[in-house]
Amino acid sequence: MRPLTDDETKTMFEKLSKYIGENIKHLVDRPDGTYCFRLHNDRVYYISETILKLATNISRGKLVSVGTCFGKFTKTIKFRLHITALDFLAPYAKFKVWVKPGQEQSFLYGNHVLKSGLGRITENTNQYQGVVVYSMADVPLVSWPSPFTYCPLSNQISQHIALPLHILSIIQSNQSTYSPPPSHTVHYPIKSVNI
Amino acid sequence: MAACSIEDLLAKAEQDEAEKLKSITVQKELDLEFDIGNLVAYDKNRIDIRQFREQKKEDFLRSLARDNTQLLVNEIWKHPTERVEEVIVVKLPEPTTPLPREKPPPKPRPPTKWEEFAKLKGIQKKKKTNLVWDDKVAKNELHRLRNIARAQKIKVPGVGLTPIAQQSKSDLARAVNVAKSSTASAGKFQDRLPKEKAPRNTGKKRKFQPVIGNFSNEKQRQLDLLKVMDSKKPRLDVNKAVNKQMREVDREEAAAKFKKGGKKGRKGGNFSGKGKGGGGKGKGKGRAGGKGQGPPSGKKGAGKPGKR
Repeated sequence: MRPLTDDETKTMFEKLSKYIGENIKHLVDRPDGTYCFRLHNDRVYYISETILKLATNISRGKLVSVGTCFGKFTKTIKFRLHITALDFLAPYAKFKVWVKPGQEQSFLYGNHVLKSGLGRITENTNQYQGVVVYSMADVPLVSWPSPFTYCPLSNQISQHIALPLHILSIIQSNQSTYSPPPSHTVHYPIKSVNI
Repeated sequence: MAACSIEDLLAKAEQDEAEKLKSITVQKELDLEFDIGNLVAYDKNRIDIRQFREQKKEDFLRSLARDNTQLLVNEIWKHPTERVEEVIVVKLPEPTTPLPREKPPPKPRPPTKWEEFAKLKGIQKKKKTNLVWDDKVAKNELHRLRNIARAQKIKVPGVGLTPIAQQSKSDLARAVNVAKSSTASAGKFQDRLPKEKAPRNTGKKRKFQPVIGNFSNEKQRQLDLLKVMDSKKPRLDVNKAVNKQMREVDREEAAAKFKKGGKKGRKGGNFSGKGKGGGGKGKGKGRAGGKGQGPPSGKKGAGKPGKR
């Protein structure tokens, strides 16, 4: 386990800022305790100071996971976000897409969100903006195999589209080797940030 | 009786011998040519046609063949013999008659892919010279001897650096470092020259921050990094500004047309719809062109309103 180097931190922040913009500083600097990012076996974990101090007592080989895994660095040092990061990204998400109840299940099983299934969408969503998908009950959703979505059409264009079936939220294919099979679709309730 | 006198006996013996020899001697005008390697004899004597016609042809030919065969065998016996497994064998000399080919001559094989390529490119075969850098030879020799020493478990004094003819800056620096650290205390108390800088970490390992370092420092560094990232992003999103402007203009136009259309009724409404669609089209194209991120502009097509 080690802290991230400057380059690694930069790469990770760039990825995160696609979804939460400048709210990253709320993750870095929290009023309720010091939390930090640590790298272990190429995976980035977000841990509180107390947990970190306890984790140092476990040897490297035996340590499986600490805190919350945000994602991992690939062999070519690209950062891949994991679904476990949703808890922290959802509250800070800048651009949100709400999905109608009918389309919800379809989305969870890996299909794109079509315009017909769009309930609400944040204003001024740019094209190719990273968004977080919610159900109508304000529950952040994540589908398998790809946890995070981006919006290929901007908010404004979508208003002018006549056809209801235009693809509105393309799932960003973000393959993780340990993603759960379709039977285990994730359906997170919104949690408060103070875990 | 004395009728069998000695003369008669001798004469008889002579006659017998002559008869014997007669069987193995053959008189020919021209001598035969022999190619014993192929067991061949060439008879170039003229054949007496009258004699051939007078006799029975079979007999004539047979006697001719017999004579020639006799001469051939005589010739064979002239060569050295040896005994192989109770058999007397003659060692034949090399054949002198050239024989024609048994099989057809080999066809020229088609050129290989490389040969064709080389011909096309005009590549000629170049022989590598045997010359090699001296340095490499010396280094190679050193390693070879070291390997031998290691294999035979002979102790050799450790050698720091191999001699190099043309030393580069890095080589010299390394030599200096090696020399400096070759002291009893591994160069820790070695004085440096007045203007010499402290040596950088020459080891290959990367250096990381400690796991539990100064948290506030870490936090500060990350916040600074975020600030830098923010500053790099342009404050004014040109695209957004342009689109906002266009939207404003469209809205005004639409409002104006609606007022006009209020008198005429639906027709005006249709116009305004088309105007919006046209405006959206323009906006879509403008926006997609502007943004660099995300999938390629294949998605641009989706921006066009579908007209039925």
